[in-house]
Amino acid sequence: MSNVACGTTPGIALRVVIKEKKVKILVPVKRVVDYNVKVRVKPDASDVDLANVKMSMNPFDEIAVEEAVRLKEAGIATEVVAVSAGVANCQETLRTAMAIGADRGILIQTDVELQPLAVAKLLQAVCAKEQPQLVLCGKQAIDDDANQTGQMLAGLMGWPQATFASKLVVAGQQATVTREIDGGLETIEVVLPAVVSTDLRLNEPRYATLPNIMKAKRKPLETTTPAALGVDVAPRLKTLKAAEPPKRTAGIKVADAADLVLKLKTEAKVI
Amino acid sequence: MAILVIAEHDDSSIKAATLNAVTAATKLGGEVHLLVAGSNCAAAAAAAARISGVGKVLLADAPHYADQSPENVAALLVSIAGAYSHLLAAATTRGKNCMPRVAALLDVAQISEISGVESADTFVRPIYAGNVVATVQSADPVKVITVRATAFEAAGEGGSAAIESLPAGPDLGLSRLLGRELTKSERPELTAAKVIVSGGRGMANGENFHRLLEPLADKLGAALGASRAAVDAGFVPNDYQVGQTGKIVAPQLYIAVGISGAIQHLAGMKDSKIIVAINKDAEAPIFQVADYGLVADLFEVLPALQAELG
Repeated sequence: MSNVACGTTPGIALRVVIKEKKVKILVPVKRVVDYNVKVRVKPDASDVDLANVKMSMNPFDEIAVEEAVRLKEAGIATEVVAVSAGVANCQETLRTAMAIGADRGILIQTDVELQPLAVAKLLQAVCAKEQPQLVLCGKQAIDDDANQTGQMLAGLMGWPQATFASKLVVAGQQATVTREIDGGLETIEVVLPAVVSTDLRLNEPRYATLPNIMKAKRKPLETTTPAALGVDVAPRLKTLKAAEPPKRTAGIKVADAADLVLKLKTEAKVI
Repeated sequence: MAILVIAEHDDSSIKAATLNAVTAATKLGGEVHLLVAGSNCAAAAAAAARISGVGKVLLADAPHYADQSPENVAALLVSIAGAYSHLLAAATTRGKNCMPRVAALLDVAQISEISGVESADTFVRPIYAGNVVATVQSADPVKVITVRATAFEAAGEGGSAAIESLPAGPDLGLSRLLGRELTKSERPELTAAKVIVSGGRGMANGENFHRLLEPLADKLGAALGASRAAVDAGFVPNDYQVGQTGKIVAPQLYIAVGISGAIQHLAGMKDSKIIVAINKDAEAPIFQVADYGLVADLFEVLPALQAELG
């Protein structure tokens, strides 16, 4: 939509003001085992033991929330909606997103183990309802290390995808995204609506301040379910076994550079 | 049914990680086909045909594959997926970008970064930064997979597969490449290097990487890597990063300099054959995985190492 305003005062040149259509951003956030926790496998090797483990927002999702909030602060985004799928405690993750600056939250509550395809379908249903112009998500969750959901959502929506973003510029109905690729950087231009996934260097998320944490508690949080969204979330992959990888053991200490080079040449024979 | 591997290439040659993906494909039981989608990429297709274990090369040569955008390549893959039991790509940034989109369009799960093949439907993959190894089984009709290159041997040369041209799929026109800035280096690529010299926060600044680590890497014919801390601190570009969120490497020799050994860094290099750690902090966790540890100030050790190597 463009609005055209005409100056009527004689002697003043005609001024044309193009009003940019503003962007609504959806930010999916995942509740994962805190990145400082070293996870353990259950004694029966069926899965990872998540009992009494500290949970936090996935770090890449925090970067996504931060970027969305910055776009709002810059006057480019109108609204930032955080969405999380999973157990009731995902509310905490949504409150964290709102403390960073998201305007409201949507919880898709279920106790079923959610795999990336199921989450992408849930997000597709939310996109149909919320009509965002931009979905900003983390590139990968640090629990399953899948790196799939954003790309899957883009595919399901028929939208372009700009993954692994280290720089994002939104102007009008376009986003220019610098991507981290093997061997360097790539810059692409995508038409909105689009999915952008965040890499580490996009920004450094702020710490939520106490007043903002308090304020977040009063922001709207809507709860829905996969069934209400009409999405079948049954897992497609079955985990048969979870095991700890073989441990490396510490070797020896060497005295100095000369000793190290000697050992690498004669003992390890790698140089 | 046949198995399709999506080749990663630059229109003239095949990237090394594709050779590892071909080996993973040969473990699935079925003829292996290789797809080369690009623009003016006949040379890459010819190179693909020489890879041992490849039964047929499919060539999709069209201007709208010049950028190999995930949108256009995924649309092409979906149009030919019906003939295949498995679709595989190396877990490079390109593979990771494209394959989940393909899986979603086929309404199947994607299995990320497999490090082992148990059977045609059961795979081993690392989760939680490699601290746990999961064995997963897929019930989907087509298995869409990315392959961790370091977990499989590279396929050799000696094949002579036929090259078949494919009609191009649609040009969706959803994205446009404005440019690429690739790091120019005479050194080997991180993921293919036999020796890697990697620096961490202990390097203190980018100038020290240049002044102290680069000459050592050059003496050893090594690639240069870095920890996430060094990347975050702005010492070096992100594509140097080794770890859970960077590159996964498994060279013959990995020399970690001024790297403390955070879990997420170990996730990227602990399958290296020999690990050397140089750190002044004797308590640094990196020493727990190092075959050879040197507790010393890196600013004294690095010049001495260079001198020793002559």
